[in-house]
Amino acid sequence: MARMTMVQAINLALHQEMERDDSVLVLGQDVGVNEGVFRVTAGLLAKFGEPRVIDTPLAESAIVGTAIGMALGGLRPVAEIQFSGFALLALGQLEGNAARYRSRTCGQRGVPLVVRMPYGGGVRALEHHSESREAIFAHVPGLKVVIPSTPRTARALLAAAIRDPDPVIFMEPKKSYRAFREEVPEEPETMEIGRARIAREGNDLAVVSWGAMLRPTLAAVEQVEEARGVSIRVIDLLTISPLDRETLVRAVKETGRMVVVQEAPLSFGPASEIIATVNDEALLWLEAPVKRIASWDVNTPYFAREEAFFPGVERIRKGIEETLDF
Amino acid sequence: MPRKIVQRFQVPFLQVLDEKGKVDPKLDPGLPDEDLVRLYEAMILAREADQRMLRLQRQGRIGTFGPATGQEAASVGPALAMGPRDWLVPSFREMGAMLMRGIPLSTILLYWGGWEEGNVFPEEARTLPIAVILASQVPHAVGLAYAERLRGEDAAVVAFFGDGSTSEGDFHEALNFAAVWKAPVVFVCQNNQWAISTPFEKQTASETIAQKAIAYGMPGIRVDGNDPLATYVAVRDALARARAGEGPTLVEALTYRLMMHTTADDPTRYRSDEQVKPWQRRDPLVRTRLLLEKRKLWDDEREAELRARCKETIDEAVKAYETWKPPRPDVPFDRVYATPPAELEAQRKEFLASLPGADAGKGVD
Ligand SMILES: Cc1ncc(C[n+]2csc(CCOP(=O)(O)OP(=O)(O)O)c2C)c(N)n1
Ligand SMILES: [Mg+2]
Repeated sequence: MARMTMVQAINLALHQEMERDDSVLVLGQDVGVNEGVFRVTAGLLAKFGEPRVIDTPLAESAIVGTAIGMALGGLRPVAEIQFSGFALLALGQLEGNAARYRSRTCGQRGVPLVVRMPYGGGVRALEHHSESREAIFAHVPGLKVVIPSTPRTARALLAAAIRDPDPVIFMEPKKSYRAFREEVPEEPETMEIGRARIAREGNDLAVVSWGAMLRPTLAAVEQVEEARGVSIRVIDLLTISPLDRETLVRAVKETGRMVVVQEAPLSFGPASEIIATVNDEALLWLEAPVKRIASWDVNTPYFAREEAFFPGVERIRKGIEETLDF
Repeated sequence: MPRKIVQRFQVPFLQVLDEKGKVDPKLDPGLPDEDLVRLYEAMILAREADQRMLRLQRQGRIGTFGPATGQEAASVGPALAMGPRDWLVPSFREMGAMLMRGIPLSTILLYWGGWEEGNVFPEEARTLPIAVILASQVPHAVGLAYAERLRGEDAAVVAFFGDGSTSEGDFHEALNFAAVWKAPVVFVCQNNQWAISTPFEKQTASETIAQKAIAYGMPGIRVDGNDPLATYVAVRDALARARAGEGPTLVEALTYRLMMHTTADDPTRYRSDEQVKPWQRRDPLVRTRLLLEKRKLWDDEREAELRARCKETIDEAVKAYETWKPPRPDVPFDRVYATPPAELEAQRKEFLASLPGADAGKGVD
C-alpha cells in the first residue's frame, strides 16, 4: 500500500496494464515526451517505448478514429483527450462508430477502447477546460461512462476499463487529481464497472454524487449529521452508464429520502435519470421529493465566476436539510 | 502518353528584412517611415505586455496565459496590411495584432483574468473573440468572408492559427470550402514549430505548412515569420487577391515559440536551451530596430521614451483591469439566450438566493 494522488494512481494502472498485456497502448497529445499535461502518463514512454506510447498530431477525431481502428486490429488503445471539452470534436467517431460497431456487426466486432479525459471545474482554467458533459456520452447506447472519485477507485476502474470489451469513456475529475491522497494497493486491483460504492453508511437520507462533487458532499453530510444527529448514506456513483439502479433503489427503500449532487448543469443530466429510476422502482418509498443540487443551465462561466456556479458545501447542506425537513 | 506529370508545384519563401536589419531593395514594400515605426512600437508594446502578464500570472492576478514572445512580427505585419473594414479572426497568440486593431490591453487582461467581458471588443476593431478550440475559428473566417462578399462589402478576413492546429479537420475543411467558394480570406499560420511539446516534425510530414494550400487549389507561401516586412507583404498581396475575387491564400509565418506554451507548461521537459538559442538571435525586435537605426528613425533616446510610454500604457491597463467593477453576479443568466426562458429565470432566483450574504438580503439585486 502506498498513499497516492489520483494522478499517481491512474499512472499506476497504466503501467500495470501495459505490463500485463502488450496489446495495450497509449496515444494522445503530449502523452509521451511531456508525459501528459497533468503527468498522468509519466514514465510510460521511457518504459514501453515509442510504438506503444504515441505522441499524436493535434486532432481529437483522428485520435479516437485511429484508436477505433487499432481496437478493430486487435489492440487495446487507451486514448487521452487533453481536456474533455475537446472530446466533443471526436463525438462523431464515438457515437457513429465506437458505440455501434458491436451492433453493426451483429456481435462480430467490438471496440475495446478507453478514452481518458480530465473533466470538470475548479482549477481556474480557460474556456472549454471546466465542463462536465458526462450526459452527452451517457446518452449514447454502446458507450460506458466511468467517473472515479478517489485515487483508489480511479486506479481500479481504469484497469477494469482497459480490460473491458467495449468502449469506455473514462472521465477524470481534474480538481481531484492532486487534491488528496489515498492508500492504493500495489498489486493490481479492478472494480466492477456499473457498480456504485457506498462511501458512507447511513439510514435517514441518501446522497448520490460522483467525481469532484463527492468531497463537498461528504463535508456537507458531516455538518448535517453533527447538527441533527441523523445518519446519511453517501453513494459514490462511479459509473454513470450503465447506471447501478439496484444500489439507488435500495437506498430509497432503506432511507426514504434522496438528494443528488451533480456538477453538470441541472437539466437533462444524470441526476434526472437517477430520479426517473427512483420514480420507476421506489416512488412509494419516498418521504420527500428527490432534490437535485446542480450547476445552473448556463454556459460554464469563465473562471473568475465559476466558483459560485458549481454546487458547494453550503448549497448541498441546505438541500439535504430541506429534504430531511420536508 | 499514359504516364505523365499532370501538375508540378512550387512553394515560395519570402524574407524582406534579414537578421542584420538589411532590406532587400527589390522586395522593399516602401512603407512610409511612420509605418515602420508603428510596426516596431507595436512589437515592443506586445513584448512588454507579454512580460508583464507573465508576472501578473505568477502573482495570481490573472490566470493561465500563453505568451507570444518572439512571434510579434507574425502578428503585427499582417495587422498592418489589413484595412479598417477587414476582419481579424484570432487564435490565442495574436496579442500584437489585437492591440493594433485597437482592442484595449485592459480588455485583453480581462480575458486572461477569467472574465467573458474580455471578449467584448470595440465594433470598429472588427475582431472575433479568442478561440480556445484549436482551428474551430478557421471555418468561421470562411463564412464571415462569404457573408461580407454576399452583402456587397469590400472587406476581407484574416484568420490566424498555429502549426499544431493545421492537423485538425476544421483547418482542412475550411481551406477546402474557402477555395471552392473563392472566399475573400487570408489564412495565416503562425508556425512557431511547437504545439505544446509536439515539434513540427511530429506534427506533419509535410516540409512546410504552405504546401498544404496547393492541395486545396490556392496559393501558399512560407515567409520569415520573424520579419515584419515579409509578413506584411505576404498578407498585403493575399488581401489584394482576395479583394480582386481571386480567392484565398495560405501564408505560413515561420517563427519560434521562445517561451513556455502557457504558464502551465514546463518546456525544459521536452526541449533544450540549445535548441532555442539560435532563434533568440533571430528576434524580430532586434532586426526591426536595426532597420530603424539605418534609416535614422531611431536612437537610444527614442527607445527609452518608447519603453517608458509602453510601461505607462501597461500600468494604466492593469489599473483599469484591477479596478474594473464586475456587473451583478447573475449576468451569465442574461447571456445564454436572447430572451431567458422562464425555467432559467427560476434558476436565476435560486442562484441569487444561494450566494453568500443573500440570506441577509445584501450584495445582490
Ligand atoms: C481542439 C483542441 N485540442 C487541444 C487543445 C489544447 N491545446 C491548447 S494549445 C495547444 C497547442 C497548439 O499548438 P499550435 O496550434 O501550434 O499553437 P501554439 O500553441 O503553438 O501557438 C493544445 C494542444 C485545444 N485548445 N483545442
Ligand atoms: Mg505552434
